Amino acid sequence: MYPIVRKEILSASVKLFDLKAPLVAAKAKAGQFFILRADEKGERIPLTIADFDREQGTITAIFQEIGAGTRLLGQLEVGDAVLDVVGPLGVPSEIERFDGPVVVVGGGVGIAPIYPIARALKEAGNRVISIIGARNRELLFWEDKMAAVSDALIVCTDDGSYGRKGFVTDALKEFYEANGDLQRVWAIGPMPMMRAIANTTRPMGVHTIVSMNPLMMDGTGMCGACRVLVGGETKFACVDGPEFDGHLVDFDLALKRLAIYRDEEKRALAALEHHHEGGRCGCH
Amino acid sequence: MSLKEQIRQEMPCQDPQVRSANFEEVALGYSEEQAVKEAARCIQCKKPRCREGCPVEVLIPDFIKAVAERDFAGAAVKLKEKNALPAICGRVCPQESQCEQKCILGVKSEPVAIGRLERFVADWEMAQGADAPEAAPANGEKVAVIGAGPAGLTCAAELAKLGYAVTVFEALHTAGGVLMYGIPEFRLPKAIVDKEIANLRRLGVDLQFNAVIGRSVTVEELMNERGYAAVFLGTGAGLPNFMGIPGENLCGVFSANEFLTRTNLMKGFRFPEYGTPVKLGRKVAVLGAGNVAMDAARTAVRLGAEEVTIVYRRSDQEMPARAEEIEHAREEGVQFKLLTNPVEIIGDENGWVKAMKCLRYELGEPDASGRRKPVAIPGSEFIMDMDTVIVAIGTGPNPLATQSTEGLELNRRGNIVADEEGRTSIAGVFAGGDIVTGAATVILAMGAGKKAARAIDAYITAKSAEAAN
Repeated sequence: MYPIVRKEILSASVKLFDLKAPLVAAKAKAGQFFILRADEKGERIPLTIADFDREQGTITAIFQEIGAGTRLLGQLEVGDAVLDVVGPLGVPSEIERFDGPVVVVGGGVGIAPIYPIARALKEAGNRVISIIGARNRELLFWEDKMAAVSDALIVCTDDGSYGRKGFVTDALKEFYEANGDLQRVWAIGPMPMMRAIANTTRPMGVHTIVSMNPLMMDGTGMCGACRVLVGGETKFACVDGPEFDGHLVDFDLALKRLAIYRDEEKRALAALEHHHEGGRCGCH
Repeated sequence: MSLKEQIRQEMPCQDPQVRSANFEEVALGYSEEQAVKEAARCIQCKKPRCREGCPVEVLIPDFIKAVAERDFAGAAVKLKEKNALPAICGRVCPQESQCEQKCILGVKSEPVAIGRLERFVADWEMAQGADAPEAAPANGEKVAVIGAGPAGLTCAAELAKLGYAVTVFEALHTAGGVLMYGIPEFRLPKAIVDKEIANLRRLGVDLQFNAVIGRSVTVEELMNERGYAAVFLGTGAGLPNFMGIPGENLCGVFSANEFLTRTNLMKGFRFPEYGTPVKLGRKVAVLGAGNVAMDAARTAVRLGAEEVTIVYRRSDQEMPARAEEIEHAREEGVQFKLLTNPVEIIGDENGWVKAMKCLRYELGEPDASGRRKPVAIPGSEFIMDMDTVIVAIGTGPNPLATQSTEGLELNRRGNIVADEEGRTSIAGVFAGGDIVTGAATVILAMGAGKKAARAIDAYITAKSAEAAN
């Protein structure tokens, strides 16, 4: 069992857990992920490692409640434990000292996994420009943490309720036009956002890394549920990635594959809601 | 009683109509009477050839003699002397090409149903509540076993019996490997696997789940930092092969590993009570004709697919699956489209499978494997409407463990090079099962685990003796 030692509610639908998982914490590197299973009947949920504390033996998970699995997870409290945590999984980000500024972009819950990458880039001696964005102010978090590891931080909201109004792509384009000379861009967020970033940087000729978040099951390379087409080659995101060259990823296919279980996900959510409304579960 | 009069006892089975709608075990097992009758057929050869056919050298005539004498407890003792997982082997071993193939009765009549008797004894013992297996006193040495599949579990059991402190590191959240995620409930109930694993725990074997070799822990750390005197790698062949044809990443195309893991390990057949969904259309094609393909096809039938078709480029003579499984699949309504292979999977505007473009084949000369080589018939192209495609054309070695272990010699397929005893190119590192041989059978993996345990014992004993001098 892996106890929840801290819980923070970042917004109505975004929650944070610190999980006691010493083996994962001991090995975790920026860019990697882990898989958790809340209980015996739960599905395996892949989450990027948002932070880790080797001394405390904890890892930080941030997730948005979008389906039945994450909704149930969000109901757990400090003192509860999840049944399984496995990781770290995936290939770590390639962190090095670049000859010029690097940009990290985090969209929505993507702010969580971009944080350890920004920190590692900063620690490696880079000039780090961070762009974080969300639909509205409500969904933004970790502005302070991001600021602490960035040389410059641009915050945007789609609706202008906080920071700069507009998409992260607009902010990136503006920064590039004013400064030029970008060495690398990392982007993590919903797939349409990562696609938009890749499309923005393609004409700039700036190498752009995206962290793919396809459906996963085992996360160790044994099923291929997470396969993505990169430069015409099939890759398994769980073992070959999750980071890939954003200019080579087939995002259309990736987005379609993300919707494979949409009907089933709706069914599960409906079953969960019905269960709770019925009041038979005894958990209220 | 002449040989001719001795009829092999039929295995009672669930009715095909009923079973194709449930996940319960198909073969129901012998009654005591049937078992005793079948056991009486064994002529107790002085030089039992059946044992030569068993990779773990089960004392076959001995345990069968005890069954014939109604000494089922005695039979269990004899059986378990050589086999740590008899309830599993009795169910999933291809006996027709192993022990039973060598049975002398098979020459003129039908061989003794060794597998069914093995299963009977193991089930009988489980129902009684078996005694704790005996282990030697602790010898103070630690051994790490990587992978909790049949090879690793057998190796662990053998070493524990010899007094070693054994830790098994497993990437998934449960032990059993392919026994849990691959072989379906209706062929091998998971409760049986759980009971066999509980027996291992009673031997003192420590099971560590969620430990991915190469990511959460490495072989080098185990040996140099964590004090393990030897490591056994039994990581299997878990990497699914795809065809490499256009359209293979369309929605609705699954590896058999994904499909079966969702259904078996994650209990997707009980979605949404269990959180993991399984997606299946009305018309399902399963590519391949091995046991995994049969398992996938029969699982699809049970999940309610209207039409399930095995698509295979050779003929029925060459299908690698067990005859019994093919027959069960046919009884349950699985169709067979033989001498056929897809060249492209065609999608609709939403990126979902809607059809497969196939070619017809004919058989040419035998190839290196001795099977007649399938040759595409020019111009034979045709379209099969389909909304789900399950790819079951084999698996390869998962590279996570091997890539992270420096100095480990691999062959060109990525399998670990190991000798008969499981010794690899690194002293103290042993390997066995599918990671060495490529995808094979449960019992061969168990045999390899057993041999490696002996070699590990010899290695550690020699090393200790050296240190003492």
